Amino acid sequence: MFRRNGHQCVATFAVDEVRVLRKVANEVVDLLTDGFDHADPVVGRLFPDIYPDRPEDSAEFRRYTEGELKTGKIDQAGAILAALPDDGPGEVRLDHEAAEAWLRAINDVRLAMGTRLDIRGDTDLGDELDDAVLHDPASSRVFQLSVYAYLGYLQESLLNALPEID
Amino acid sequence: MPCLLTSAYILRFRLPRIRWHDKGMALPQVAPVETPEIEESPLDDSPWVTIVWDDPVNLMSYVTWVFQKLFGYSHDEAEKLMLDVHNKGRAVVSAGAREKMEMDASQLHGYGLWATVDRS
Repeated sequence: MFRRNGHQCVATFAVDEVRVLRKVANEVVDLLTDGFDHADPVVGRLFPDIYPDRPEDSAEFRRYTEGELKTGKIDQAGAILAALPDDGPGEVRLDHEAAEAWLRAINDVRLAMGTRLDIRGDTDLGDELDDAVLHDPASSRVFQLSVYAYLGYLQESLLNALPEID
Repeated sequence: MPCLLTSAYILRFRLPRIRWHDKGMALPQVAPVETPEIEESPLDDSPWVTIVWDDPVNLMSYVTWVFQKLFGYSHDEAEKLMLDVHNKGRAVVSAGAREKMEMDASQLHGYGLWATVDRS
């Protein structure tokens, strides 16, 4: 989890955390590049229709803005990959700009996973995890829910480690 | 367990910025529109609005931070607005010329908030 150290946000990650963060950041990059598909609900969530009732206007707006938005999201996922240790455990130190990129990137990952996991307004993550473990402790859903919960804590810790905005 | 699964949002009102809580007013849904140098025909002068929708994934603390970051609110103002939208499911966050609203919505998409544009 992140903590404040001078002007930086600092976290020490175990090897499993580094691997998970690399994995999810790479998956977002894949989703935004080779795997980009407007029919994918995750893409729909990351790039919402700006005019829900007017598909033509939405499509026109998309033509002008989607490229830049996509590049921004790829870059922020790249900020996670760039700051992580290459291999094994290690410390990550983020300046203000990098910390903000991490925040947005973690948020993109959580939106993507939340869509895949069908997280809803009334979902209780603890209950959801208990049910999944009961059903099959080795399932990918247990893993995904755990990562999703972990990323929520990590994002919260990074928010708390950022200097106050005046 | 901290609240990780709820969120909602709102944005600032502009032209002029309303510090509504200072005036003992209820949160207005739509900014007063000054129709400044907007090049629209008289038939098309109704303002447009940016709407942010409630979302089950975004952290409340994150949404508050985005409001501060993008729209210059204090933490307390941003949090109050976030809670207001959270309770209503959606909220108008800015009003004005269509192009400006599209820009606002696009910026919000960059931060992962779910924003749309509509006529007021």
